[in-house]
Amino acid sequence: MGIAEIVERCERLHEDIDFTAAREWKAAEPGRRVIGYLPVYVPEEIIHAAGMLPLGITGGGDQMEVIHGDAYYQSYICRIPRSTIELGITGRLDFVDGMIFPSICDVIRNLSGMWKLMFPDKYVRYLDVPQNYRDDIGGEFYRNEMRELLAGLEALSGRRVSDDDINASIRVYNRNRELVRTLYALRSDQPWQVPTTELYLLSRAGLVLPVEEHNQLLEAYLEAVQSEQRPRRDNCRIVVNGSFCEQPPLNLIKSIEMAGCYVVDDDYVQVNRWLKREVPSDGDPFEALASAFLHHSADTAAKYAETEEQVGRQLLESVERNRAEGVIFAAPSFCDPALLWRPMLADKLSRKGIPHISFKYSENAGQMAPIREQAGTFADSLKLWS
Amino acid sequence: MAEDKLKEAVKEPSMILQKELIAGNYEALTSAPETGRKVCSTFVPGNLNELIRCFDMINNLPEINAINNGMRKKTGAMIQDAEKAGHSEDVCTYVKSDIGMMAQGNIAPNGKPMPRPDMLMLSYTGCYTFMKWFELLRHEYKCPTAMLQVPYQGDGRITPEMIRYVVKQLKEEVIPTMERVSGVKFDIDRLREMLKLSARAEDDLVWVLESAKHRPSPIDAYFGAVYYMGPIFTAFRGTREAVDYYVMLRGEIEERIARGQGPITPEGEQKEQKYRLVVEGPPNWTSFRQFWKMFYDEGAVVVASTYSKVGGLYDRGFRHDPEHPLESLAEYCLSCYTNNNMPQRVDLIEQYMHEYEADGFLTNSIKSCNSFAAGELLMMREIEKRTGKPGAFIETDLVDPRYFSAANVKNRLESYFQMIEQKRKGEKSAA
Amino acid sequence: MKCFIGIDLGSTTTKAVVMDENGVQLGRGITNSRSNYDTASAVAKQEAWIDTRLTLFRRNLEGEEGLAGEVDRLLDGLERNFRLEQYLEQLDDLQATCLGNAGDLRFHAFRERLEGAVSDTFERLRADAASLYAPGAARKSDFFRDIAGSQYLQVSEPIAEAANVPYDALLNVYDKSIIEVENRPPGGDMDNKFLRALDRELRQLSDLAVERAVIARHITDALAVELEETYVVGTGYGRVRLPFPKEHIRSEILCHGLGAHMMYPGTRTVLDIGGQDTKGIQVDEQGIVVNFQMNDRCAAGCGRYLGYIADEMNLGLHELGPMAMKSTKRVRINSTCTVFAGAELRDRLSLGEKREDIMAGLHRAIIMRAMSILSRSGGVQDQFTFTGGVAKNESAVHELTRLVAENYGEVTINIDPNSIYTGALGASEFARRAVMEAA
Repeated sequence: MGIAEIVERCERLHEDIDFTAAREWKAAEPGRRVIGYLPVYVPEEIIHAAGMLPLGITGGGDQMEVIHGDAYYQSYICRIPRSTIELGITGRLDFVDGMIFPSICDVIRNLSGMWKLMFPDKYVRYLDVPQNYRDDIGGEFYRNEMRELLAGLEALSGRRVSDDDINASIRVYNRNRELVRTLYALRSDQPWQVPTTELYLLSRAGLVLPVEEHNQLLEAYLEAVQSEQRPRRDNCRIVVNGSFCEQPPLNLIKSIEMAGCYVVDDDYVQVNRWLKREVPSDGDPFEALASAFLHHSADTAAKYAETEEQVGRQLLESVERNRAEGVIFAAPSFCDPALLWRPMLADKLSRKGIPHISFKYSENAGQMAPIREQAGTFADSLKLWS
Repeated sequence: MAEDKLKEAVKEPSMILQKELIAGNYEALTSAPETGRKVCSTFVPGNLNELIRCFDMINNLPEINAINNGMRKKTGAMIQDAEKAGHSEDVCTYVKSDIGMMAQGNIAPNGKPMPRPDMLMLSYTGCYTFMKWFELLRHEYKCPTAMLQVPYQGDGRITPEMIRYVVKQLKEEVIPTMERVSGVKFDIDRLREMLKLSARAEDDLVWVLESAKHRPSPIDAYFGAVYYMGPIFTAFRGTREAVDYYVMLRGEIEERIARGQGPITPEGEQKEQKYRLVVEGPPNWTSFRQFWKMFYDEGAVVVASTYSKVGGLYDRGFRHDPEHPLESLAEYCLSCYTNNNMPQRVDLIEQYMHEYEADGFLTNSIKSCNSFAAGELLMMREIEKRTGKPGAFIETDLVDPRYFSAANVKNRLESYFQMIEQKRKGEKSAA
Repeated sequence: MKCFIGIDLGSTTTKAVVMDENGVQLGRGITNSRSNYDTASAVAKQEAWIDTRLTLFRRNLEGEEGLAGEVDRLLDGLERNFRLEQYLEQLDDLQATCLGNAGDLRFHAFRERLEGAVSDTFERLRADAASLYAPGAARKSDFFRDIAGSQYLQVSEPIAEAANVPYDALLNVYDKSIIEVENRPPGGDMDNKFLRALDRELRQLSDLAVERAVIARHITDALAVELEETYVVGTGYGRVRLPFPKEHIRSEILCHGLGAHMMYPGTRTVLDIGGQDTKGIQVDEQGIVVNFQMNDRCAAGCGRYLGYIADEMNLGLHELGPMAMKSTKRVRINSTCTVFAGAELRDRLSLGEKREDIMAGLHRAIIMRAMSILSRSGGVQDQFTFTGGVAKNESAVHELTRLVAENYGEVTINIDPNSIYTGALGASEFARRAVMEAA
């Protein structure tokens, strides 16, 4: 497969708000089940081990008309829960057997209970994650959360899942994480070779495809991209931060690049990079997944930063590791986690003399001119300074 | 005239006592630099007041400071200061008024500067914003911070694992931090004594809230309840003062019931009770009196509210239990209203509608507070469906005066009351 | 006769309806809301009285056999001549006020010339007046402020130049005076104006099948009917500002629900899109409101939004709908935020989108907001009545019809061309009930 072909496939998946690929996967064999989940992170291995397809849902994007979803929310609440409800009410999630709402903020938390009220026949799980990072305290709590999740899925399928099954799944996802890390490293190294729109679309494809298929897609892309030389531009290098839940429209991601910025790291769709290292797959899988969460997972505002020093540490490391010249804070409007954390992160950057700008978006934002303008001005000023 | 005077006299003791209590706590806080007492900042929902007092620390509640500033119309400028400093206009205005207050010298209501906290007790109960709020304060104060994660009741129940998790954090994280900061050794028997007092005050608080089942209701369970909640939701749960306060309050209300009197509003007794309402959501503080007036002027009395349960769902049976001190603190934190899932919240309001024989249900949706607000429109729909009574929906904010549009709120309230009235007339003429 | 009056004090216009004791609508009037709400409601009420007289004239004239087929022409002429009389009277008042304001110290240096220019201008206005009210003449607006204003603007510029008076001064005098005039309670004797109008009308008419005296008698008979202002109910955005006791005030939601019920008794759901707010109302078979929702604090997607767009595109409000109807391509507009309306529009235009396609997208966006409010209030039930200024916009109606069908199936949609009076109509019915049902 050539790059164009791969990207086109991903584009189609990205635009498809009926989730045809997941529907086809489910229809291919009787008894298959699909479990939807919201950002930022769920242990997909557990769902995968239960023989089910984890389906990442990040709202309805900019192509969906939201009518009923708006009837459930005040104007000061972000867009992702509205369009997610619209997906539910319009029957686009009718094939989904269960939904997982991980702990990220109060809006998504409450959406879990709303889903219980609106779709009483579906399996609905609020997945709490540890905010205490001791193995014997937060770890124990989280292991139990995962066990409860698994028990729920087992009840749904009527099939027991063994530790070996989960370990096997961990291995498949380890491969996925490795490929994604490679892709990110390649972009950081040669951003002109891996445009962020392509990387993003590939990443998004992972939300709706079986992981094995996603792995093949990633492998094919990584191979194809080596054999093509793309023009290098005089862009500045920046890190995008704050876009971990509601996703920006593709046009916005394009606009930043077009404005003269190479994105060398970002926190778009993060489930595939949440665990930052290989997860051991030869012991107690709950132990391994919990330990990875507690000690080697991504920093986002949805997590408690145990110490003041930890606030923004990963962002600063990323800036340094990826030789970024600045940071763009791009957060969804009304996103409590991103917006409450931003002043602290901004302060840490300022203390290190790292330039940053910020703006807000919504998944259906139509106007790109102000963003192009801001990002362009930022890029120019970075070039001027360097 | 003589009767009027009597009413004032009946009213005064508990009001005065409550004011003294709160003022006393502010005095203790602002004099901490001289007295050497340690200051622990924490939140109202799931607060561990007894535990804090076990270590002789003074409890400082930034939410209460914001409310105080809001009622004294100071938060508008504070919020704008915080926004100028880079805090988003989209986020919670309690946080921003707190940050603005610090920027303006952190002056307590008694006019003296607040001390820097010696520790931050992050009881992470029912509100995501709490977590980042105290990260922001830690960023400022660089002081020890104890995180107590209280799991959300996602499936509408408290599991033994949840209790175990909270207790373990209390034992291994919270108590050791408090010992370290205060230099006081933890004494579980002292905690038990306080919890005994807590439970007694809680009994009387429940009696007070449930007195609204009377007709006419002797209390307003939303605007009035804000005062009744005061001592027990803040720094006085587990104290003798709180027990005395609730005994006194109960006595006053018993007298009002005996005389068939309504609640005391800022303008005197509310005589007319045409509409009995259940209210969801916190009040607006910057226009609190004006807001209340829109209700009592129309003859509306609130008979039950969810806001009066943010600091504990005592009316559903929970009491602090000296026999199981840490477990009962854990259960308390887990059971606060905003830590209940949406189906539980709908059930609770539905029960209130029946138990308190309410005519209607009103949501005051708060821009700042997604924990309350996200999903309130679905709740309203469900409650309408289950009770057959229409809901009203108004939108304001906690302490941001820019989000209180008096004309808009009044318009909706009037329309709503007139609709209830019309429906009643229709039902009567149909009967 | 007993008359019951409903007044709807809206943010842009004030409406009044007069009703008789049997619930028959006799007359209605409208004026622009102004800073003085008392005057706005007095003017609207006076307009409704005028309309009531015209109704009574019609009843009498229709009883006259020889006038079959002539009544419309007669009444049209009578009303035009009445409006002319009214206009001339208001011009006199405006002129006197302008002359007073020309005495302002700022104009001291050229006061006399200014006064001369004012007088010349008004002379021209009076001379042109008859043509404004000639048969078939089109007026952009019926509000005095609009008619007199546009005429004054046109006429005074050459006069100012000829008289060597700063044009600005002449305009300044006008601006100040029109506000004063507009906020004065309406004066003048209505009956005499009608008689003068009748006189003019009869002089202009020929080829009538009945004696002029017969017509005159019918008119004077109708004028002799005493109209008793039995009970007034006020509603609308500005209702708290009305000088009425509380029991004379009803919420606009209730009035709207009842008004829609009176226009279409089968109504169960009402959508009203006004300048400042959008309301979804559910009513029962009696017209009693059982549920309602309004837009939240944010006025996105209300009529005002279209106003901003019209300003931004330099178009008249009424031109937006027809333009949108020409659209051939679907453009998705996601923000109905009034603040961003202009920016979004410019962004789209710069991307090469066609104006009509953007317009269609904007109308769809507004109706989407309305659909959400309807959904909040309990959905759309048969029959569905659409009211308010936006109900006159064909593109909005087109989108609404489509979305209602998609989401709620087959539903009868009622749109009354006079839906702007819905609230006032409901209020007048409340006034009628307050008296007739109490008795």
